[in-house]
Amino acid sequence: MCRLFAVTSQEPQSPMMAIQALDVMREGHDGSGVGLFLSDLGGPFEEFKGAPVLSGIFSNAGLKRLDQFMMNIGFMTKYKLSIKVPKGAPPSGAPRRDIYLIRAYEYPEEWESLSEADIRHRLLMIRLQLRQMGEEEGDMIVFSFWPDVVMIKEIGDPMSVAEYLQLDRRELYARIIMAQGRQNTNYAINLYACHPFFIQGVASMTNGENTAFIPIREFLESRGFPGYMGYQSDSEVFTHILHYTIYRLGLGIEAYKHIITPLQDPDLEKHPNGAFLKQVKHSCRRLIIDGPNCVIGCLPDKSVFMVQDRKKLRPGVVGGKPGLYAFSSEICGLDAAIPDRDKSKDFQPMHLDTAVIGPQRREVTLWSQTDSLPLLH
Amino acid sequence: MVTNGFIAPSSLSVKDLPWQVHWSRDRCTLCGRCTAVCPVHAIELAVFRKRAVQPVLGLKEPPSSLFQVFYGIRQKTDPAYACIGCAMCTMVCPNEAIIPVRSDEADKLRYHVNRGGQPRRRGGRRNMPDGVLDRIKFTRISMLTDPALDAGRHEFELRTLLGRILPPEDSLQLLKDEGWIPPVREIYPLIIGGMSFGALSPNMWEGLQMGVAYLNEELGMPVRMCTGEGGCPPRLLRSRFLKYVILQIASGYFGWDEIIHALPEMKEDPCAVEIKYGQGAKPGDGGLLMWYKVNQLIAAIRGVPSGVSLPSPPTHQTMYSIEEAVAKMIQSMSMAWGFRVPVYPKISGTSTALAVLNNLTRNPYAAGLAIDGEDGGTGAAYNVSLDHMGHPIASNLRDCYLNLVKLGKQNELPLFAGGGIGKRGNLAANAAALIMLGASGVQIGKYIMQAAAGCVGSESDRCNVCNIGICPKGITSQDPRLYRRLDPELVAERVVDVFLAFDTEFKKIVAPLGRSTSLPIGMSDALGVDDRNIAERLQIRYVV
Repeated sequence: MCRLFAVTSQEPQSPMMAIQALDVMREGHDGSGVGLFLSDLGGPFEEFKGAPVLSGIFSNAGLKRLDQFMMNIGFMTKYKLSIKVPKGAPPSGAPRRDIYLIRAYEYPEEWESLSEADIRHRLLMIRLQLRQMGEEEGDMIVFSFWPDVVMIKEIGDPMSVAEYLQLDRRELYARIIMAQGRQNTNYAINLYACHPFFIQGVASMTNGENTAFIPIREFLESRGFPGYMGYQSDSEVFTHILHYTIYRLGLGIEAYKHIITPLQDPDLEKHPNGAFLKQVKHSCRRLIIDGPNCVIGCLPDKSVFMVQDRKKLRPGVVGGKPGLYAFSSEICGLDAAIPDRDKSKDFQPMHLDTAVIGPQRREVTLWSQTDSLPLLH
Repeated sequence: MVTNGFIAPSSLSVKDLPWQVHWSRDRCTLCGRCTAVCPVHAIELAVFRKRAVQPVLGLKEPPSSLFQVFYGIRQKTDPAYACIGCAMCTMVCPNEAIIPVRSDEADKLRYHVNRGGQPRRRGGRRNMPDGVLDRIKFTRISMLTDPALDAGRHEFELRTLLGRILPPEDSLQLLKDEGWIPPVREIYPLIIGGMSFGALSPNMWEGLQMGVAYLNEELGMPVRMCTGEGGCPPRLLRSRFLKYVILQIASGYFGWDEIIHALPEMKEDPCAVEIKYGQGAKPGDGGLLMWYKVNQLIAAIRGVPSGVSLPSPPTHQTMYSIEEAVAKMIQSMSMAWGFRVPVYPKISGTSTALAVLNNLTRNPYAAGLAIDGEDGGTGAAYNVSLDHMGHPIASNLRDCYLNLVKLGKQNELPLFAGGGIGKRGNLAANAAALIMLGASGVQIGKYIMQAAAGCVGSESDRCNVCNIGICPKGITSQDPRLYRRLDPELVAERVVDVFLAFDTEFKKIVAPLGRSTSLPIGMSDALGVDDRNIAERLQIRYVV
């Protein structure tokens, strides 16, 4: 099983905080891979909040192709962090890479007049194009291309990889960190299968197994949206369902749980928004997950949340103190990261709950599926 | 006795028949029940003569012949009375003295059952025991699911949707705008398919309806049953139980006068309306209720004279084309109930199913598509249609589902599959395989007759006399002397047993696959088959 850890903090934190929490939970994962999502960045990237940041892994040849490509479409580099790998052998299982690149760009001039939706679309298309170019030549792997987002993924034990890449550096400090330990085991080992997944400001990671993967994938792929692709992992659909909920259906995070794990009919009949939710249940039936899963994610507004599958068969806990909260697969991970919190306020979301920590990081907001929804119309 | 008795081309010996009736003189009490119960009069009471040489002790008198007469059972060899193997004789015999036994070689009867130039007509099934569904295995066991799902303890929601399901964006927009949203029913995925009041005896129908009502009202299982063509008893039309019924309309429109007249008095809407364009057992043929079965009750409900055969034409003859038929009939049926009832067509499995489906996807009122594969059963059809016409359901359904996936409309238009589900008794496994291939639900007919009423038909040409009203179990007969054999209460009990057992078995399949809160429609990654060609055709995994 995978182990998840996410932190949202007023003060930028080192990614090592999350890696250490994963290390404490090592009995729950096999150390076969690690993925990191960093947002609300501190360090030098803070100065480039609105600028799109590209993160990925490149060979030397790939880097040249990238430079050429980005220059052609008018993107200028504003700031870059290249993690050149140390001379020694990489950790067990990790291939030798040329460069881990995180680079902030300046938008081309003609983009200035574009609407937010247009920019969102174009950034996505560029990432997809880069991904495709990389898959053709095998010289680049692109995880994200979005303002204020950095992603790093690699095969191998999280702690060894982190030490190897020296992730404890100021440039990578961030207020939101999501980390997952273990590679995808459903299909072949592939970095694109590594959590967290990201699309247009929406990120999520999951432990467990999504047994409804194939029908959900078929549904998402048939939506005609170019970003709904990839699916080297059965968990990628969680990110895309969230994206679909927010951008295509115009619903909020509180509807996400109703889409992936709808209430049963007798409960719907008693629900104050029963008619609406029944319609959601019917029309979004193809997006129902069957679990068992714990999903931790980050929304475009920098809220971080956790939800459980209908049967609540995966562990998950949220806790912390005002200004610093964390979501963890296990309490020991939370203990390692925030030992001085009030443990009596730790909360383990059950099958009806959604736990959200807003961008203010003042408290954990809890929604039960039986509660009435915030204003819909 | 002449040595060269009259032997015509169609004179057959008992050995030429598919079934030989073995009778034991030692055990027989000559009660006559077997001959009385035989639906086809294949056996008769007979007088046998026998000569025996009886040597006498001593030398006073010479040995002499003794002529004896004894009574017994004789099997007729006239093709018109050939034994059908139903074994009702065995069932009524108090001494186990009689049993039909299948011939050890291919029979010759098949060359002679077309007397008067009439090809063989029969009811029942295709009589091919094999099929692809039984070869499919569920190979994706959810080992990562830790702890695993427990079929006995975890909650399961085995429900499917019948009705047009709009894409989420449209659906929520319409809800906001208070527009018309197509009606959708949440039902149990195992449906009792169309078997008409007329094809079935009143006792059988009543038993099924009672079973369905019990499942719904006492056990909370939303099981639905289709009427088939032939209308619905008036009392049912005006009862609250109508909501468990899918009304079928076919090209003969039998019984629809009654239904239309009952509309203003209906307390509940029916679950759905099924427009029958074809049936799997005899694709391209219409319906046929042979005159033997049209008694006064059936005639009254169908609005026809009694004692005449009732053929429905192969097409809806008031319509110019299938497009028109589908569009107009679906719309007018929807309109009849104020657009509150899902209306969908049922077609036979065919390579043109895709064309029908594509047509339906563009019809906003179409609520689904039912496809009946070649293994479906029927009350009356020509032998050649039953055995040789039609398309297997697995690939037909799969093609349709994948086509919907390509259009992005999977499950928007739910597909219901029928024909050969559980024909070797593996009801849950066959149904689960079809659902994972893309069906939203499955329809059963023959299975429920066998399981709930003890239909003696099998997949090897046994019995098959549903068409002429002499069903030995009283399931498809309209003769009160026969259908009184069937106790509706007991049929209802069996219906409940069948559905509860199915429910358990179905959970035992989906739980190890990690599915419990939504039906695994299209979960093709769970399926494997040991034949590369089948795997490729169905786009599932090849496993050996």
